Amino acid sequence: MFSFCADPKSLEGFSWLVCYLTSGKHIDFYWSFLTVLILLAVTAPSALAFGFGGAMAARSPIAPLRWFGKTYTAMVRGVPDIVFFLFFVIALDQGIEWMKHQVVCPDWDQPIRQGLEFRVCPEAKVPLGSSAQIWHQLYGFALAVFTFAIVFGAFAANVLYGAMNAVPRAQLETAESYGMSQGQVFRRILVPQMWTYALPGLSNLWMILIKATPLLFLLGVKDIVYWARELGSAKTQAYAYPHPDWRLWYFLFLLVVYLCMTRISEIVLSRLTRRLSHGQATAAGEAMRRAAQ
Amino acid sequence: MKKLLLATTLLALSGGIAAAQTVRLGTEGAYPPFNFIDDSGNVAGFERELGDELCKRAGLTCEWVTNDWDSIIPNLQSGNYDVIIAGMSITDERAKVVDFSENYVPPADSAYVGLTADADIKGGVVSAQVGTIQAGYVAESGATLLEFPTPDETVAAVRNGEAVAVFADKDFLAPYVTESNGELTFVGPDVPLGGGVGMAFRQSDDELREKFTAAIQAMKADGSLNPLIEKHFGAEAKKF
Repeated sequence: MFSFCADPKSLEGFSWLVCYLTSGKHIDFYWSFLTVLILLAVTAPSALAFGFGGAMAARSPIAPLRWFGKTYTAMVRGVPDIVFFLFFVIALDQGIEWMKHQVVCPDWDQPIRQGLEFRVCPEAKVPLGSSAQIWHQLYGFALAVFTFAIVFGAFAANVLYGAMNAVPRAQLETAESYGMSQGQVFRRILVPQMWTYALPGLSNLWMILIKATPLLFLLGVKDIVYWARELGSAKTQAYAYPHPDWRLWYFLFLLVVYLCMTRISEIVLSRLTRRLSHGQATAAGEAMRRAAQ
Repeated sequence: MKKLLLATTLLALSGGIAAAQTVRLGTEGAYPPFNFIDDSGNVAGFERELGDELCKRAGLTCEWVTNDWDSIIPNLQSGNYDVIIAGMSITDERAKVVDFSENYVPPADSAYVGLTADADIKGGVVSAQVGTIQAGYVAESGATLLEFPTPDETVAAVRNGEAVAVFADKDFLAPYVTESNGELTFVGPDVPLGGGVGMAFRQSDDELREKFTAAIQAMKADGSLNPLIEKHFGAEAKKF
């Protein structure tokens, strides 16, 4: 990065450290923080959407839809995350390739499953074997987001389902007596009021999601924990910057980063809680009303 | 979400339609001097140089990808990459699930490294990387096997006292010993293991395997492989 870094082995002290911390590998490490933040930014709303859909399905008056909603939450919640991340992603990936294979190579005569091997025609690979590495990474990232959204969506569905049931029945009855349709009651009364009941559960999920991001590495996405382990491990003279085992320092750094992330989340969530409790017929809302008097 | 997935997929498809056949080389990136991630973040080491040369000779466009050692064979089989070139010893057990090219490193010695020369390698705790021939050897030697996912962790375990010795390829361990200022030392005699190091292919990929084997044979014949081995593993390494 800097011109004086051209010959790392001749450097010492501070300039060595500057060059070391700005090596290409470290830049990748810094970028991986962005990967994690993007993952959080994309996954949280997707999981919420999955959860909202799941909760609505579970409350639906139509029986098959209700069964679907309940099965989704029960199944995904019951399977350990790590199993889900190992099994589901491979199944999804192979499922996509299998479907594309049926479309692109109808004349393919060899079996797709050959023992342990999974072989679709080269044109059906997703992404294509000849695509640049960036597409493989983006595809892996998209699979990761999708998997995270399904897993956390199931938990969110359960939280939202409970929150929807927690809204006082009297509120809904009043709305009905004003002549609102079921849809209007849902949109105007139920949804705005349920958030205050859902927030404690959702904030739990958010915290768990932050801490679950290292699972990214299982999906082939290089996240901050992967890079910390790689950078911290002892380096021989084969590397430009040899050093002993420094994993402790890298993991301490990650600890601080994760603590900062959860602390900031706590502050934001507590503000949100205050805001959503305002004017609600809950203990928190009542306390705010008293304090304002 | 689905839209994003679909969009990514479509982009990925349109991304490389015009390109020629690309062979994806899968490696571990944590096994210096065989393969490692250098300080600019690229795959480097003996296998990087060898792989690039072999691809040039075989007229293939190659791309490097890294994968955990643990799942390196399953991911080959599911098609995430086409070749494993990761210091993998040719063994009968592996040959049941993958096909190997001709070896590009001759059958080499494995060695024990400990803090003292009299470390108890027959009855103590010995560390090795999971899924390696060395791990299998330790398990049968009577010592207690302590497995780690990466090679680096096996050496770290000896330094912090978790294991009395580490058992691994001598070519991998030698730099750690020479650079440790006497902290680490070889224990006991060397152990010849495995049938040399080769590239691994899916069993249905005979054509690709033959191309690489031909390139390896050509490099052996014109004498360009030995200098490469000597450059990365030192003058004492075994050559063809």
